[in-house]
Amino acid sequence: MTTVATVTEGTDSPYALSHLDALESEAVHIFREVAGEFERPVILFSGGKDSIVMLHLALKAFAPASVPFSLLHVDTGHNFPEVIEYRDRVVAEHGLRLHVASVQEYIDAGTLRERPDGTRNPLQTVPLTEKIQREKFDAVFGGGRRDEEKARAKERVFSLRDEFSQWDPRRQRPELWQLYNGRHAPGEHVRVFPLSNWTELDVWQYIAREGIELPQIYFAHERDVFQRSGMWLTAGDWGGPKEDEEVVTRLVRYRTVGDMSCTGAVDSDATTLDAVIAEIAASRLTERGATRADDKLSEAAMEDRKREGYF
Amino acid sequence: MSNSTTEPVQPLSTEQLSATTLLRFATAGSVDDGKSTLVGRLLHDSKSVLTDQLEAVERVSASRGAEAPDLALLTDGLRAEREQGITIDVAYRYFATARRRFILADTPGHVQYTRNMVTGASTADLAVVLVDARNGVIEQTRRHAAVAALLRVPHVVLAVNKMDLVSYEESVFARIAEEFTAYASELGVPEITAIPISALAGDNVVEPSSNMDWYGGPTVLEHLETVPVSHDLTSCHARLPVQYVIRPQTAEHPDYRGYAGQIAAGTFRVGESVTVLPSGRTSKVAGIDLLGTAVDVAWTPQSITLLLEDDIDISRGDLIVPSGDVPEATQDIEATVCHVADTALAVGQRVLLKHTTRTVKAIVKEIPSRLTLDDLSQHPEPGRLVANDIGRVLVRTAEPLALDAYADSRRTGSFLLIDPADGTTLAAGMVGAAFAASAETDADAEAAADGDDDGWDF
Repeated sequence: MTTVATVTEGTDSPYALSHLDALESEAVHIFREVAGEFERPVILFSGGKDSIVMLHLALKAFAPASVPFSLLHVDTGHNFPEVIEYRDRVVAEHGLRLHVASVQEYIDAGTLRERPDGTRNPLQTVPLTEKIQREKFDAVFGGGRRDEEKARAKERVFSLRDEFSQWDPRRQRPELWQLYNGRHAPGEHVRVFPLSNWTELDVWQYIAREGIELPQIYFAHERDVFQRSGMWLTAGDWGGPKEDEEVVTRLVRYRTVGDMSCTGAVDSDATTLDAVIAEIAASRLTERGATRADDKLSEAAMEDRKREGYF
Repeated sequence: MSNSTTEPVQPLSTEQLSATTLLRFATAGSVDDGKSTLVGRLLHDSKSVLTDQLEAVERVSASRGAEAPDLALLTDGLRAEREQGITIDVAYRYFATARRRFILADTPGHVQYTRNMVTGASTADLAVVLVDARNGVIEQTRRHAAVAALLRVPHVVLAVNKMDLVSYEESVFARIAEEFTAYASELGVPEITAIPISALAGDNVVEPSSNMDWYGGPTVLEHLETVPVSHDLTSCHARLPVQYVIRPQTAEHPDYRGYAGQIAAGTFRVGESVTVLPSGRTSKVAGIDLLGTAVDVAWTPQSITLLLEDDIDISRGDLIVPSGDVPEATQDIEATVCHVADTALAVGQRVLLKHTTRTVKAIVKEIPSRLTLDDLSQHPEPGRLVANDIGRVLVRTAEPLALDAYADSRRTGSFLLIDPADGTTLAAGMVGAAFAASAETDADAEAAADGDDDGWDF
């Protein structure tokens, strides 16, 4: 139990929260605000570390009751099998409801066409936004962090989207104190980012502190990969390697989990959480710079995708 | 230039990283005061600008024919900002040292973006106001000081920049520091620290400057790392706005009924007598759940679940307070607002008022005055407020609200005005007097001459 002896000014104050406690408290507050104000919220859940942390926070926010939200996974059809397995296990374990928006179904139906570069990440926007409209979700939690990318640094915690899910950076509501304004017209929804103020390192430290289980691809392992655009991609039936690309076995891990066609592995021998944290603290590359091909398409790649409704 | 400015700092150990506290701060400065350079240096020297980000900046700078990398490209994240070479919106940046993690609200300096400065300052524990040593305290500096004072930012740093361009003269710094401190103190800014720096050359930003032996105080980073963020919570009114009622209704927890919320101010203890507003019903704290752990005391800003001894009717929007410290409920609110929307706020307008977890109907009864930040003069009865205006308002609410003065609690003394038609956030409100202190100044004299002796409380 916590006891408070004396109150002193400064960082030694018994009332000072550690930075992780402060971030956790803020994120929980955001989850509860949404539960209190919206009719049909949903958590975007990819099986990646950020969405796993989001779910963990939601579980804590409403304990001992269950999480009053369902989950939504945008399945590109090129997901890592380890991640899909993890996703289904977690959903079953917590008795949650999972919605899936499938890129493959859109491609099979002829509604979406495969891109020449083979990446499916930009194709996620249409299935995502149509699913939101069809299910009438009015609040959609995303694991986006402002430290990820400079367009994301401008995003609000509560980000209003129109009926086409579009983001207009010039029409954002100022966000003051902890007073989040989630009012929206029918058909509009709000994207909510409880991890806005977290950094990649905060996420990893929190995972370590809370003992949260992750898909194994986040830790160093031997994998068959080939090099494309300076990144190690996983060889597989999604479309790689091409004839002139050579498959090699390397000791790697993933810093982000996304579509196989555009998410690169990094060389690493970090097999434990402590080793991963030490590796990230020493890294001179950002998470996305190291592992995401689609962000390198242009200087405003993320802003442009976000405008169209990407998360 | 000190050596530390070219080499990244050593990565932090896992142990160093987990024990740190969080400081939220905001920067304010005019267009050419060197704010981007200061922010760039803090980020760069704390290893928060990584190789691929720098490479991207170098690539774009080179493609535009620039000789040196333009560090502003690091922070200007939107197409329109890069095209126009200006910052149009608040951005949040993150960096860390061994002692602390920092969230920096990077706010544009243009006068027309007062609302952005207000937004950044609303969550800040500290504000850095930049001035150009060659220009000294200018109108814009006074505006920044006034916003920091209005928003009751606990600590203000005056960074006197470009000291290299005034031969590192102590007298130049002393004169500016004295003028600013006098002005900010009059507004009631509780703590002011003045630091002479050169963001470009790196003097006193991270490393102490050998060019200014006469300065014995902390560098900017040292000050950010050591400034106290916690306050004496024992003197605060304890407040818990109820966000959500947790009722599992499961076999394991058939009778569990918890009131979830983030403590807005003060501390709560098990056994304490509490009153629920607006009903006025009383009970005792039977237990406190700190996200799964039972504790006997919890404090702001912890998110908790409160359990009471009696089963009383409590829902979202209610406020739980100690029975010995019950705020008065009122339907007539007098406040200072910063107007943040593009459409105006007018007398007679029907709005929604969001206070903590409660949203009620309200009407703007009066707008007694509008403040000019340049000289703090007041314009009586402006009739309406437009974007970036700051003014006094009287608002009548449809239901009584238990508000605190913003001076006592930034969280329970603040509110939003919202347009009921389209949900637009219209204004940010602060209950009670505008500034902490009143003093004899020119603006006061003018106000007195206008037959108004309210002083700073315009």
